[in-house]
Amino acid sequence: MRDVAVVSFAYSAVAKDVLHNEVEMIVPVVREAVAVSGIPREDLGFVCSGSLDYLQGGPFAFVMGLDGVGAWPPKRESHVEMDAAWALYEAWVAIQTGEVDSALVYGFGKSSTGDLHEIMTLQTDPYYVAPLWPSMVDMAALQATAYLDAAGFDETNLAEVAVRSQRNGTSNAHAVRAAGDATIDSVLAEPVTHHPLRDADIAPITDGAAAIVLAAGDLARSVCARPAWIRGIEHRIEAHGLGVRDLTRSESTELAARAAGIDEFPLDVVELHAQFSHEELILADALRLDGETDINPSGGPLAANPVMSTGLIRIGEVARRITAGEAERGLAHASSGPCLQQNLVCILEAE
Amino acid sequence: MAGNRVAVIGVGQTAHRTARKDVSMAGLVREAAVEALEDAGMTWSDIDAVVIGKAPDMFEGVAMPELYLADALGAVGKPMMRVHTAGSVGGSTSIVAAKLVAAGVHERVLTVAYEKQSESNATWGLSVPMPFQAPLVAGAGGYFAPLIRAYMYRSGAPRHIGHLVAVKDRRAALRNPKAHLHLPDIDLKTVEESFLLWDPLRYLDVCPSSDGAMALVLGSEQVADAAPNPPAWIHGMAMRSEPTMFAGRDQVNPQAGRDCAKDLYAQAGISNPREEFDAAEVYVPFSWYEPMWLENLGFCAEGDGWKLTEAGATAPDGDIPWNPSGGVLSSNPIGASGMVRFGEAAQQVRGRAGDYQVELKTGKALGQAYGGGSQFFSMWVVGRDKP
Repeated sequence: MRDVAVVSFAYSAVAKDVLHNEVEMIVPVVREAVAVSGIPREDLGFVCSGSLDYLQGGPFAFVMGLDGVGAWPPKRESHVEMDAAWALYEAWVAIQTGEVDSALVYGFGKSSTGDLHEIMTLQTDPYYVAPLWPSMVDMAALQATAYLDAAGFDETNLAEVAVRSQRNGTSNAHAVRAAGDATIDSVLAEPVTHHPLRDADIAPITDGAAAIVLAAGDLARSVCARPAWIRGIEHRIEAHGLGVRDLTRSESTELAARAAGIDEFPLDVVELHAQFSHEELILADALRLDGETDINPSGGPLAANPVMSTGLIRIGEVARRITAGEAERGLAHASSGPCLQQNLVCILEAE
Repeated sequence: MAGNRVAVIGVGQTAHRTARKDVSMAGLVREAAVEALEDAGMTWSDIDAVVIGKAPDMFEGVAMPELYLADALGAVGKPMMRVHTAGSVGGSTSIVAAKLVAAGVHERVLTVAYEKQSESNATWGLSVPMPFQAPLVAGAGGYFAPLIRAYMYRSGAPRHIGHLVAVKDRRAALRNPKAHLHLPDIDLKTVEESFLLWDPLRYLDVCPSSDGAMALVLGSEQVADAAPNPPAWIHGMAMRSEPTMFAGRDQVNPQAGRDCAKDLYAQAGISNPREEFDAAEVYVPFSWYEPMWLENLGFCAEGDGWKLTEAGATAPDGDIPWNPSGGVLSSNPIGASGMVRFGEAAQQVRGRAGDYQVELKTGKALGQAYGGGSQFFSMWVVGRDKP
């Protein structure tokens, strides 16, 4: 395998962006990521993005998105209708073939223009589940209940995650939900909206975009003083039906983490794509995190959740800390589908 | 081509129909996948990863359907990806899957593309009014007809050229039992007399709206050498995209398509495509795109494409058969149509194209797909022999 590193990262997130369309959101983050990478835009070998038509409410969100990249002369380019973390995976594979040495990856989406929680119902089985229209929060609440029962936990354990996310969010300029004075009592004082979940346990509606530049070997070393090397990147999917999965654990995360080599790398920092408090607990179990590891120092998705970029941002947040010298190695996680159906694990490390 | 050798070792395809009411979406993709696995002499457990592709989710109303289809495609516990690059998606999905093998990440990859158009209406699915965007003028035909008129103006092509393609591809489809349209009585007159949709396109110049799926099993060299049926070796694969809103674009003969073909032919060592391919399966959803892509793909000089079509060069018995399977004009499950092109090209060089098999001389064939506003291109060259 070729050594491939994250050499730059940029993102944006606001609760509701009424001033910009998707292309206008993409332009500044792509421009920043490309400028910081030090690789001229025309030299970037490959471009890959992640987005979801149903967020925009029209077909081909990515088609216009490409206008934000300046793809002229024409580029080697592809798109996944998945979180952009999987676009990064596709770009990593393209670099592994030897065809290209660098890639621009981006994701974007506006959740504020529709009802995200109901839109995501369209991910479910169209014949037997979608007609019942369970929202993504309804399904998450089922998983939270099952997990709390199995673990012998209660809502205090959820509140601990929510509080840490809000406090960590204060150090993140992109956080749309942050509070340095959040306490377990203040969270538990909020009403339960979807038993056992409160608003604080549910990722906030967020509009935004993110971009990462990947580079291989000597190119990465020549443009970045401390590249964040991808030591392992793996993803796995589980069965779709909630009734045929063990909702109290994330088996696909376990499989992906093992394949990515988690056992070989003591982790300084972990960024988890947990859109609900209980998802972070389930993922921490799957990754066997021991309590010493810094989880979601950015505040995680509970602080900012620009859907279709949230997973890519996890990779960017870990890489950023490695490049800044704040961490030696870390793990980034991305997820897709109801109740953590599909999961990606990326292990990053300094030289 | 960059990376390790890759071959197509299994091809499966559903029958394409107006409405496959006998199967769910899961049943549709599974039908194609099972046939591809049988061709490859494999079962579900032999597969390392699954890559699925389709056109916009709004065509069926299922968002990110790889999640719902994970079980049906035997992907549980495995990596699964979903590609979406507009009309070119069937081609680009094949390429993304092949790169997993070329990169040495996996040995055996199943890739599937589908569309179940009967679940909704593609023309209106493409025509959702978006704030601050020019409307797409009622579907793809409304978008492409002005480009076709520009081509006619530039090349001086006579008006019947498109109709010749419409007849040729439908007659070819009579030899393909899985093709959606079987129109034994079609001739130039019936096409000319069919009603006008978007000038110059008449009803029979236009592809049907189909339910269908295509599946390929891709294997590494070691796997392909042990495959029970002949492999189709990938000699090159390329993708290019260009932006939508750019005044410098030539949408009639797009730069992205020309660049893509140039890259592809360099990888595959092709200097004269008309002579060096035994067949080409090219995305021709509107009849006039045959002469237009003949030029874009370098089969002739710019302005001469219609002359090849008129002379019968692209007919099944011509010197360079285009779409001997009947092409997109005979079956169009949109998201699968690109993979159908790639897979039909593979079947030709494997000698497994049945009644529409062309004579193999060089043993090489071209698969091409395009999408968006003539801005997304994916192509591959497959060969009977190892590259």
